[in-house]
Amino acid sequence: MIIDFDQVTADDVSRHFGRRRALSRISFRAGSGTILGLLGPNGAGKSTMIALLATLMRPSEGDIRYGPHTSKATGASLRRTIGILGHDLFLYPELTAHENLTFFAGLYGAASARAAASAALEQAGLSDRADDPIASFSRGMRQRVALERALIHRPRLVLLDEPFTGLDDASAAALVARLRGLRADGAIVVLATHDLDLADGLLDSALFLRDGRMVDTVARPDALRSTYRTVMGRTGVS
Amino acid sequence: MLRKDLTVEVRSLEIAYTTLFFAISCVLFFAFALVKEGKAPEDGAAGILWIAIAFAGTLALGRTFERERQSETLRALLMAPADRPAIYVGKLLGIIALLTAAELVLVPLVAFLFQAPLLSHPFWLSAVLISGTIGFSAVGTLFSAMLVRARSRDVLLPVLLYPITVPVIIAGVRATAALLEPDVELSLVRFWVALLLALDVVFVTLALWTFEPLMTD
Repeated sequence: MIIDFDQVTADDVSRHFGRRRALSRISFRAGSGTILGLLGPNGAGKSTMIALLATLMRPSEGDIRYGPHTSKATGASLRRTIGILGHDLFLYPELTAHENLTFFAGLYGAASARAAASAALEQAGLSDRADDPIASFSRGMRQRVALERALIHRPRLVLLDEPFTGLDDASAAALVARLRGLRADGAIVVLATHDLDLADGLLDSALFLRDGRMVDTVARPDALRSTYRTVMGRTGVS
Repeated sequence: MLRKDLTVEVRSLEIAYTTLFFAISCVLFFAFALVKEGKAPEDGAAGILWIAIAFAGTLALGRTFERERQSETLRALLMAPADRPAIYVGKLLGIIALLTAAELVLVPLVAFLFQAPLLSHPFWLSAVLISGTIGFSAVGTLFSAMLVRARSRDVLLPVLLYPITVPVIIAGVRATAALLEPDVELSLVRFWVALLLALDVVFVTLALWTFEPLMTD
């Protein structure tokens, strides 16, 4: 079954780990061709929200809907439409960049996994390092390969957890340009980040989280750092 | 999945070397302790072979999902649109291949050191070893996946694995011992192999059934 959707909706989503409540009654909607920012201090629940959207966890309460679909009903077909880049890069250090991307392209059922891997490496600007093991790459280069791994199957929903970590200015600017390109192509991008300067002007909406609770949502946030201070100032975080 | 695991293993040889070294050491320790003046104890070879397989297998099982945990690639695998039990099957086949390679070294070594006619019925010995390895690995691969995020996974894996796989080990030892008798009773060997195959079906079915819910949260 091939499925597609043009919006993701979280409806009163909560997630508990034993007695600890990591997320409490979070609701939002993200549409096609938009970038939603998940902003908040450490422990706010951003990564948990990303894992829930990725179907790696199930909500303890509430529902996440992908268009008309739920993760429980669609399973593997839904995962085909989701790409995730997490804290960790999900790459095998012993394999070369090309082998890593070929493996993941194959997992996602690419018609020609090798050709998809070569195209992805070209997009990352790393074609000349295709046959080098990932273990020999710098953090920034690994991040670029990891991003292409997450996008190799052209997902509708792109989930990025702190994607700017360890990137130099040029690589961060390239990532911002890539995210704008994804938005233009109609992807739904959900970006969890601490880096308010890089996210400034990039987000179509921002969801502010603190201690697992939704503090505020802001559409088209300008001057993100001052907006963040104002919103979080109300709850005692600066 | 299997090809990727084999490529990674060929590059690092980490699990293959440690498993093989441990298995050979285990057999050698038993040989030093039990073989007196060139005379091996009767009926010891079957048990020693299976102890070496079980201990070395536990070592390999502990590492199989550890590699996916270190780079968090397990999350990427779980995100793939393939059915999640396919991850289990890929890992299971890798472990079976590795243990089969270890057995190819262990069988002649045990036969030589304990003067046991292990190679006199190669077909039946292969049937016993393969069916026993599948049963042991089926349970071990599931527990290894289940414990991947547990802090004390190295301690917990044998604690959980050995009690559940006792029937496999007993059937494997009894079938191998039957093959070492001067007059081999093939009906007895067939019984133990049939029991091992039945255990394989039960363990693999249960593992495929429980893998997805265990790995989702």
